[in-house]
Formats: sequence, C-alpha cells, structure tokens
Amino acid sequence: MLDILIIGSGGAGLSAALSAKQKGSTVLVVGKSYPTASQTSMAQGGMNAALGNVTPDSIQAHIDDTIHSAHSLCNVQMVKEFCEDAPKSIEWLNTLGVPFDRTVDSKVAQRQLGGASSKRACYAQDYTGLKILHTLYDTCLKEGVEMLEEYFLLNLIVEEKTVLGATFLDVVTGEVKEIRANKTILATGGYGGLYKNYTTNSEGATGDGIAAVLRAGGSLSDMEFVQFHPTALKGSATLISESARGEGGYLVNSKEERFIDELLPRDVVARAIASEMAKGEEVFLDVRHLGEEKLLKLMPQEVQLCKLHEGIDPAKELIPIKPVAHYSMGGIDVNKNLEVTGLKNCYAVGECSNAKIHGANRLGGNSLLEIVSLGRLAGRNAVGNMPPCCSDATTTKQLQSDQEYINGLLEEYPYQQNFYTLQDQLGEKFYKHAGIVRDNTELNNLLNELRVIKADIDDMGIGDKSQENNTNLVDFLQFQNLLEIGEVVLDAALVRDESRGAHYKSAFPEKEDKLYKAHSVYWIEDKVLQNKLVKVTK
Amino acid sequence: MQRDLKIAINRNGKIEHFGVPEERMTLLKALYYIKNTTDNSLTFSSNCRSGVCGTCAVRVNGKEVLACSYKYEEDDLIEPLKYHEVQRDLKVNKQKVRETLRSSTVWLQAPQEAVITEQQVHLTEKQSDCILCDSCYSSCPVLEVNPNFIGPFALTRAYRYTADPREGNIQAIVDNVQTNGIWDCTLCGNCTEVCPQGIDPKMDITMLRGTASQFGYTDPNFQAMDFGFGGGF
Repeated sequence: MLDILIIGSGGAGLSAALSAKQKGSTVLVVGKSYPTASQTSMAQGGMNAALGNVTPDSIQAHIDDTIHSAHSLCNVQMVKEFCEDAPKSIEWLNTLGVPFDRTVDSKVAQRQLGGASSKRACYAQDYTGLKILHTLYDTCLKEGVEMLEEYFLLNLIVEEKTVLGATFLDVVTGEVKEIRANKTILATGGYGGLYKNYTTNSEGATGDGIAAVLRAGGSLSDMEFVQFHPTALKGSATLISESARGEGGYLVNSKEERFIDELLPRDVVARAIASEMAKGEEVFLDVRHLGEEKLLKLMPQEVQLCKLHEGIDPAKELIPIKPVAHYSMGGIDVNKNLEVTGLKNCYAVGECSNAKIHGANRLGGNSLLEIVSLGRLAGRNAVGNMPPCCSDATTTKQLQSDQEYINGLLEEYPYQQNFYTLQDQLGEKFYKHAGIVRDNTELNNLLNELRVIKADIDDMGIGDKSQENNTNLVDFLQFQNLLEIGEVVLDAALVRDESRGAHYKSAFPEKEDKLYKAHSVYWIEDKVLQNKLVKVTK
Repeated sequence: MQRDLKIAINRNGKIEHFGVPEERMTLLKALYYIKNTTDNSLTFSSNCRSGVCGTCAVRVNGKEVLACSYKYEEDDLIEPLKYHEVQRDLKVNKQKVRETLRSSTVWLQAPQEAVITEQQVHLTEKQSDCILCDSCYSSCPVLEVNPNFIGPFALTRAYRYTADPREGNIQAIVDNVQTNGIWDCTLCGNCTEVCPQGIDPKMDITMLRGTASQFGYTDPNFQAMDFGFGGGF
C-alpha cells in the first residue's frame, strides 16, 4: 500500500513529496498536467522571508504585515510559525539550487512588494515561481519521486469519513482508475477559473480538489475572498507583477495623473483602479522612467508579454491595465496540522487550502512561501501516525459510479448546449457581479442563474465522444467543478454583509466585527449545502 | 461583418482547414475558437496562456512556436512537435522525452556551500529560464538519425548545473552526457533559433564540451576520423 498520495504537482505538491520521501515514506505525485506546467510557473514577483539582506527587516515585521493584510481572518499562531519558517525555506531552496538573484555582496537579493514594510521578497528576475518549480522538479527526479501526469482527479474515496485514496480519469487512455493510499494530500490549486477571461490564472485553475472535498463531505471556508490583482494587461488579462510597482512603476489615469499610493495592499489598489474605471477613465501602468536597461534586467518576461499582447513597448509607452482575479484566499478548510475539516487521513496545502494565513487578503510574496513552507509541513505531518496497513481492497463503489458517469458522458448523455459559451458568459458575470465591488441583488441574480445552469448540466454533455485524449471531457468536468464552487463563493459573498479585505460591498463599506469577524464554513450534509460562521477566537 | 481567415491543421496525418477570426489573435485563442465553436474534438495542450508553462508548443509552417505567443497568419499550417509520439491532433506525449532529464542526471549532484555572486547568477540566468516546451527537441535534426540523442534542453540544463557554484561534483553530470550527448550535436543552431526564451543550447553544449575536456574527454568523432595519414601499420 502506498503511504502518501499527493494530488497536484505544483510547488506545494512537489515540496510535500520531497519532505515525505526524505522521511522514508513511499509517495506518488499525481497531476492533471505535467509538473512544470502548474500555476506555480506563473508566479513572478518573489517569495517573502525576513532576511534583511537589502533593508532592515525582522520576522516580527513580516508577521505584523501579514496579520495587518489579513484583516483579522488569520490564525495568529499559524502566521507566526509561517513567518519564522520563511528563512529556513529559502535556505532549503538554496541548497537545492534555486538561482535566486544576488546582491552586490552576494546575498540573496530582495525586492519591495505591496503591503510589506521592507524589501522582503527573494526573487529570480520575474521568473521566481518558474525557477523554484523547475528546481523542485529536478530534485524530485534526483530523489526518485514517482510522478504520474495527465491524471484528472474525479473523487476522493471515502469510507466512514476516512479518505482511502482517490479516483482519476487517465486522460491519455480514457480509463477511470483508483489509487489507494494511507494518506492523501491535496495540492490542487485555486479557483480563479471562475472568472474566465478575467483572471491571471491558468486554464487549469478550476478548483478540482476543492470541489472533490465538498462532494466528499469535507469543509470549505472563506470562499468569498478572491484577490484581484491590480495590474493585468487590459486585453489578455496577463499578469504584470507587483514588482513593476515595487521597482518604482506608477499607476496613472487617462490624464496621466497618479491617483493612489501604488504600494498599498492589493485590495486597496484594485478598488482605486476600479473606481477610476467607473468614472470612465482608462488606467495605465507607467514604467517608462525606469529605462529600458533596468526593465530588461528586472522584468524581461513582462516586457515581452506587453509587446506580444498589447503591442506596446513599456520602455516607451504606457501599459494599459485592468484588475483581474488572481488568487483564491478561501479553500479547503484545514486545521493547524493542515488536516481537512471533516475528513480523516486527508491534508490540503497551497492555494486549494485555507490555512488561515492570508485571511481576507494575501500579501504578495506569501503564496510562494506558503507552497514551499507549508508544502513541506504537509509532507512531514502526513508521514506521522500512519494508519495500520489495511489490505488493498478490490474495486470500490466510488470507482464504479465514476466509471458509469464517464461512460454515460461518452455514450449516452445528449449534447444540447455548448458549455464553453456558458463558461465564458459566467466568467464575465462573476467579474462584474462577484468581483471587486459587490452588491447583494447582483450576487443573488447570479446565484439563481448559476443554479439554473447546474440543473441543466445533464443536457449539456460533450460533443467529442472519443475515449482517448479527450480534452473536451476534461474541460467539461472542470466546468462542473467550477459550478459547484461558484455556488459556495456567491452564497458566502451574499451572507457577508460587510467589507473586509478583498470582499467589498458598496452598501456595507465598513468592517462589521461583531457579526463577521468569522470564517464562513460550507459543507454538504444529506445532499444539502450547509453553512455556518465560525468566530475567530485569536 | 467579420471575415474569417483559414488556417490548416495536421490532424493525425490529415490536413483540415478551419475558419478563424480575421482579427489577429494568438494561435492558442484561435485553437480554442475552433474547439469551442466549430469542432469540440480538436485536441491540443495548453495551460498558462502567457508563455511560461511550456505546454502549448506546436509547429507552424515547419517551425516551432508557443501557440500562446504566436499570432497566426492566413494559410498557416499547424502541426504537432516532431520526435514525440502524437497522441491526438496537436497533443503529444512528452513523457518519453522527459526521460532525457533523468538519464543525464540534471540536478545538483553534491550540493556544497558556496558564495554566489551577482555575475555568477547572471551566467546561467538564461539557461534557468527554460520552460521545457520541447521546441528545441522538435527542431533538432540529430533526432532524425539518432532517436536516443539526449537533445538540447537536457544538455542546457546539464550545463546550468555544472556552472552552478553549489555543484560539488561536476564530473558526475559530465560523465552522464557523453553517450548520445554533447558530442552528437552538430552545432546547427536550430534549437537556438526556435527557443521562445532566447536560450542558446548550441552555446551551452559547446561550453559543456569545454568542461568535459577538463575531465579528459575528447570528441569521439574526431578520434574516429581517418584523415588518411596512415595509422594502423
């Protein structure tokens, strides 16, 4: 029997795998894409650690900044341990060979990101995530970590609230398979895909693990908190990192006037941009004064992206931008050991989880830290307390029902409605009505609309009926996951009649601690979506 | 009214033509346009849409590009990467090709503490920009005659680790890129031309040859050449 099944092969999954393997456990990493294709590759700006290599810094300052940005929705003890571990995480990556940029005195270079009281983000040009991810991948090859690509998660296998593994669609063969393990770690990423065409996220950010936990009886929390990144390219929603502002870039309107302190936390800056746009202004990022040489040295990737997608040279022209969905603060509810609430022998880590670090608004540079630091923690925790080895059971009910469902999609279900069109429409509506500024009537209308789409799902089906390499089938399964998650996001946003961090309602512009200094928790019981607010105690 | 352009796609050996919007979008958007509106079964791989995940490389008119970073033209012919098993349409199996990373052991062999200067990071900055899109591999003519050739991206990665001051056992990597490795490259430069990240594997391979010579390796092709100056008597 496999000790630990890790679902998701981005930075969190690979970090978990390396730490569990080092402790002597057998591990298997399973992902829907190739490991180096994960969302981690897209992280540009940096990874926080209070090293003080460039400006004076302290772990306490990192803790304070993180707590401040979380707007009371974090667990102070979790944040403390997280920030304390940050220098160790950088050191660990350094021993694996991550090519961080260096200062003139050969220390790891650090840059300013929004909401930080010091230059705290360690970086490798604007390819920080890419270089961390590839180094983790190389190390997994070195350590003989077994990895399976193109396995799409269908469901967790659960008996008596205990997770025994999961079922997958092997995309290449089209077969439905089960993988059983003593422990399961979910590292499956966020749900930015809800905001299709209005998100910096990859196409794969469809919350597959989050939806699987919901279906399996586990809990989700704080799903209404979605971070909007202030600066994505206007046409393509491609990310332009916060480091562009950290290095001295300005935000200006059509009159080329600055209207906000660019280095305030992302929620504040995103709202300021939205407010300018509501006045009919266009908004631009201005980095011309930094000069071509500096731009090419610090953000070569972004210069290239501006040229490709907007046809402009940022050294000479203004960059047209808009704020778009960027990061899911909410996710699978976990305790301080990263164990999933409501399910045994199951852990969640990275963007798919809510470890109560980021609260209502994540700080730039804390997500790469989370996947590495807590990824390793998840691996270590999963190794402990292995359940007594049980026999490899034969085919489970879950496998049978998933097999029947996939067969049904390929053979029986009609293809009457084009779900791609619906997904595009839904993406735009989420951006407009469940985005930076929210309103209860609009949220309610969208929730009703989403429920109608959910009810029609059996009539949609897929046009491609091939068994092998059926990406139409994968797209459809992802769409269903988004519908399940979208319902929770909208309901949670409706319930929270206040403004806190990334969640802002124009009718309730203030924080309302008495009622809402609380995590919104959702789960399914007796096939009905349940929810409660759990007060933050410390 | 919007006029369509035509592009051609090689689908499992058969060329099919599709209409795509005249408004010049990225090729990836055009592929999605076809899949979402015309033919659900068109199969290709993609993920990040911004040129860093390495998933969407294809060939356009014989040359490797990232679909998300290329703007199509009328009558473009889109084909899957070469030297990969084509699974369906433009989707290829990268698993076998990834084995070259394992066989050439491209990782820190014996990590050691080292002071790393700004300049040293800069030395392999480009090499570590690799996104494993396999464009270079697909463009490499050596693969035509030697399917076991390690190929450009794994050799670039090998160079990246040998040039890292934290590497305490450079020779281990050098040893593992001898057979079907650095000496099999013809230095044609196709890989350098197609790399979407501006990496120069040809130069990296040349540098690795230099490192290999420090460990006593010589070009086996040179040794095998008979210049007609005798020998053997």
